[in-house]
Amino acid sequence: MRSTTTGSNIGSQVILLFKKSLSHTFNLLSVKSNALTICSTLLDQKVKIMKFDFSGLESSAPLYGLNNELLSDGFSAAPSFDLPVTSDFDDFQKNSIQMVKPAKGTTTLAFIFKDGVMVAADSRASMGGYISSQSVKKIIEINPYMLGTMAGGAADCQFWHRNLGIKCRLHELANKRRISVTGASKLLANILYSYRGMGLSVGTMIAGWDEKGPGLYYVDSEGGRLKGTKFSVGSGSPYAYGVLDSGYKYDLTIDEAAELARRAIYHATFRDGASGGVASVYHVGPNGWTKLSGDDVGELHYSYYPVEPATVEHEMTEAVVA
Amino acid sequence: MTKEHANWSPYDNNGGTCVAIAGADYCVIAADTRMSTGYSILTRDYSKICKLADKSFMASSGFQADVKALQKVLSSRHLIYQHQHNKQMSCPAMAQLLSNTLYYKRFFPYYAFNVLGGLDSEGKGCVFTYDAVGSYERVGYSAQGSGATLITPFLDNQLKSPSPLLLPAKDAVTPLSEAEAVDLVKTCFSSATERDIYTGDSVEIIILNANGVRRESEQLRKD
Repeated sequence: MRSTTTGSNIGSQVILLFKKSLSHTFNLLSVKSNALTICSTLLDQKVKIMKFDFSGLESSAPLYGLNNELLSDGFSAAPSFDLPVTSDFDDFQKNSIQMVKPAKGTTTLAFIFKDGVMVAADSRASMGGYISSQSVKKIIEINPYMLGTMAGGAADCQFWHRNLGIKCRLHELANKRRISVTGASKLLANILYSYRGMGLSVGTMIAGWDEKGPGLYYVDSEGGRLKGTKFSVGSGSPYAYGVLDSGYKYDLTIDEAAELARRAIYHATFRDGASGGVASVYHVGPNGWTKLSGDDVGELHYSYYPVEPATVEHEMTEAVVA
Repeated sequence: MTKEHANWSPYDNNGGTCVAIAGADYCVIAADTRMSTGYSILTRDYSKICKLADKSFMASSGFQADVKALQKVLSSRHLIYQHQHNKQMSCPAMAQLLSNTLYYKRFFPYYAFNVLGGLDSEGKGCVFTYDAVGSYERVGYSAQGSGATLITPFLDNQLKSPSPLLLPAKDAVTPLSEAEAVDLVKTCFSSATERDIYTGDSVEIIILNANGVRRESEQLRKD
């Protein structure tokens, strides 16, 4: 395992992490927190003198100044690899980054309908090509009326959802009312935005029921936060969207919506190698969430497509040995 | 401008395999005792299992220096907990503490692959399995380390417990008896030793049940 950050970056990141998430949760650190805040203010000053990353702005074409002189100082450094011969270089760069980016191996989905929010997910965790677990809980219970889904780094999702649950509870205690789904998703999105670029991998949906009715937000580790009525996240999401989009109506009953969600997860696990295990379906209603079903997708296959005994045309009979 | 990569890595892999199996009223935690670096064996007699609490044992493979540091952090946190709450930590509580401890070093991780085994507050066996940055789940059995990919399919075949996510819920712990489980663990390690160069020498087995703790040792191939 190679650590690719330098020593000073590690130190500042670790201390930033400590400052952000530890000091209010563990009173153990109350003695040390004074020292930590001193360290972190020093580091804050250090962090303000940020080194800007100009690599995206560098061009290979020679730059000309006001009086047609060639600007060949440090700003336009020669690239160290041969540039591809393409007419649309920006598009090529974007595509190559997309190729290298690992798709989050999972399938999760959520949609709003007339009776609340339906949330479903598979349960496979893969490390490269090895299935490390078939029983991962990808639907995380933040509190009795809010759910979060997990896609991307398992530890990142688990830890930050647990942290979000703590923050939501603190909000309740401080404001004597439950936090809204809008508020909870904003809390999470702001935390993830502050860690942008550090390698966290989180693609989550926050689903809940608050005073405004059912709420669904998509939040990811790039800092994106979207409000919507239907989302699917993960490598199996294209397959899930196909089933979901064709069967979705706002007026579905709870049972119909659950079956739609279950079917969508099943089809995604069927076609996507990185998804599988158990398809869990949860419903968020005005009184909180309930788990509706958890079915092994292998068994779901045979219940949807039962095996018919093959018709035998010519039956072979045993030759009688004299 | 290509970034220069460091020639020195702060990590090393000392190899080894850890296994834990949860039963109805017992828990078996086992680890081999070989510590290696590269192709050399550093010692044949190194314990990878640490007692964190009366009812929680942790077995860790990976980089033993990080494992040692992790064990120290957890033991000291447990001591503070005992002072503050006047009781020992339960196994599920220790499991979450371990997860948080691992995640606090998210950007410079402990290179440790852990398995936590013990008895929960009802006396049932529980096993928690972790990745290097702290994601964890309660399972019926688990293997971690260099021989994990060899042992896990065998345990899946012998012990396949219904997923805890199924509804209606089915119990995840194995119906095997304690003696059968210990025997199964010994079989796992002898098979893994045959095909994994980092596993061997001997296996240390801890059996935890209502009566207390028992320790067994079994010799393995030393080649």
